[in-house]
Amino acid sequence: MRIEYNFAFFDEGSKREIRRATLKAVAIPGYQVPFASREMPIARGWGTGGLQLTLSLVGKEDILKVIDQGSDESVNAVNIKKLIIKTTGIKVTDETSEATIIQSRHRIPEIPLQAGQILVLQVPLPEPLRYYEPSELETKKLHAEQEYSGAWLMLFEQIMNYGTMSTGADHPAMVHDRYVMAPSPIPRFDNPKLNHSQALILLGAGREKKVYAVPPYTRVESLAFEDFSFEVESFQDKCCGLCGAKGVFLDEILDDLTGETFHQCNDTSYCLQRLNQKSAG
Amino acid sequence: MTEFELPVLSVSNFNKQFGKGCPSCKDSNEDSLKKNYCPVCGTVYACQDITFEVYAGEILGVVGESGSGKSTLMQCLYFDQEVSSGEAYISSYKDGKRDVFAESSQQKRYIRNHMMGKVYQNPLWGLRINFTSIGNIAEKLIAAGNRHVGKMEARGKELLEHVNIPIYRMKEAPKNFSGGMQQRVQIAKALSNNPPLLLLDEVTTGLDLSVQASVLDLIKTIQRELQITVIIVSHDLGVIRMLADRTMVMLDGRIIEQGLTDQILEDPQHDYTQHLVQSLL
Ligand SMILES: [Zn+2]
Repeated sequence: MRIEYNFAFFDEGSKREIRRATLKAVAIPGYQVPFASREMPIARGWGTGGLQLTLSLVGKEDILKVIDQGSDESVNAVNIKKLIIKTTGIKVTDETSEATIIQSRHRIPEIPLQAGQILVLQVPLPEPLRYYEPSELETKKLHAEQEYSGAWLMLFEQIMNYGTMSTGADHPAMVHDRYVMAPSPIPRFDNPKLNHSQALILLGAGREKKVYAVPPYTRVESLAFEDFSFEVESFQDKCCGLCGAKGVFLDEILDDLTGETFHQCNDTSYCLQRLNQKSAG
Repeated sequence: MTEFELPVLSVSNFNKQFGKGCPSCKDSNEDSLKKNYCPVCGTVYACQDITFEVYAGEILGVVGESGSGKSTLMQCLYFDQEVSSGEAYISSYKDGKRDVFAESSQQKRYIRNHMMGKVYQNPLWGLRINFTSIGNIAEKLIAAGNRHVGKMEARGKELLEHVNIPIYRMKEAPKNFSGGMQQRVQIAKALSNNPPLLLLDEVTTGLDLSVQASVLDLIKTIQRELQITVIIVSHDLGVIRMLADRTMVMLDGRIIEQGLTDQILEDPQHDYTQHLVQSLL
């Protein structure tokens, strides 16, 4: 049996509604805009927020890249790609520079994004104040009044408990000097890439039914104290064991045979591209 | 000292009602009400025509039974609730020239964070029970704009010491503490910004008698050392007698008697006050 879908799965009305929410998000950088999250053929919590944004935006000329924690080949990334290909027939790529839309979970690619590209980040928990304040009504008020003590307090607590702002991922950031946002669980390493990004960055949370945005060339500042500055993960002098890259986000990998650890680019397509260039040169 | 002394806080014609009122109770004349509510429409007149002043360095006691309006008064003073009508002026805010009840919620938050401290009857209302004790104190400092971890930690330690909580327990959550200790953390938090005005709402209710005495002692000591202005609310005239220079007696939403505490104890005018004083003996 073959089911006929509209282009990009959704009917035009649904796409328009998501795009309207997206436009509002772009107009108010960092502000969480509610939208009517739709049922998807993949489970919520598996990137339905990002997927809905991508489907609402995609046109026939677009070239899509999908990554999951830096990998183009993970099951999740492949499934999302399959669904989009099946319902749109558009071209997909692994190369960051070639893509017009990049949907990602937990990473911003190593290759700097360019003007005209759109990065769609999948967001599990869009509310940076949620742990501090469980009520949505209250967090809305806090955002309205630009009252972000809660976000600072969470960082203070980390410093008290661990001696550093060891948030790991999802370190809160102030957008355009107005709204504090959760940048999704990207490593701190990627936070600076949000600042004055040439590409449009959209963040979608399917379960929580929110979309927010960092328009191109917007100031995004990671929260930090006067005596505890924001710091990205440091890999010291480590480099990628495959391509030799330094100054990129590295995964530590344990070699089962030798018992030794080595490092490898988390962004697999970046690494592969470097390897290909090497063998070509 | 020829300078004319402004009251730290001056409240005039303050009213708080729950419900819209009806023709029978609209003018809120006492005859149409049963205790503090209208038997026709059910509207509760929690605070009616409350006018008083508090001067620098004094302790004003407010005594009354539950339903007298004393806690509602405290909630409105701390902006936990909106007032129905009336005005309030704080000498340290805009030279005491602006009605703080009429300010925006953002301004109210500013006043609360910079010029007031409050200790609630239930530590759950005044503390984040799962956060560290020092974090609880820092929350108030952060809210007042502090962004220096080292300074906040030093201030927090100083305050914990002041309220007799051992420094080595500063990273423990108040949920691990006894009721008396939780109230001490609340007091430390309320004092963190050196507020000109401290509000204490039934702070010893629910504590064992011996613990009550030590918390009251602490309040007395701190008030003497810091010369802070305090409003303390209690159903227990014994607590008021121990601390307050002046006392207001509230019944069914109205102030029925006010004056020097000693005077009220020696020569109570109103039947209800006489009854209260008698039961104290
Ligand atoms: Zn590599």
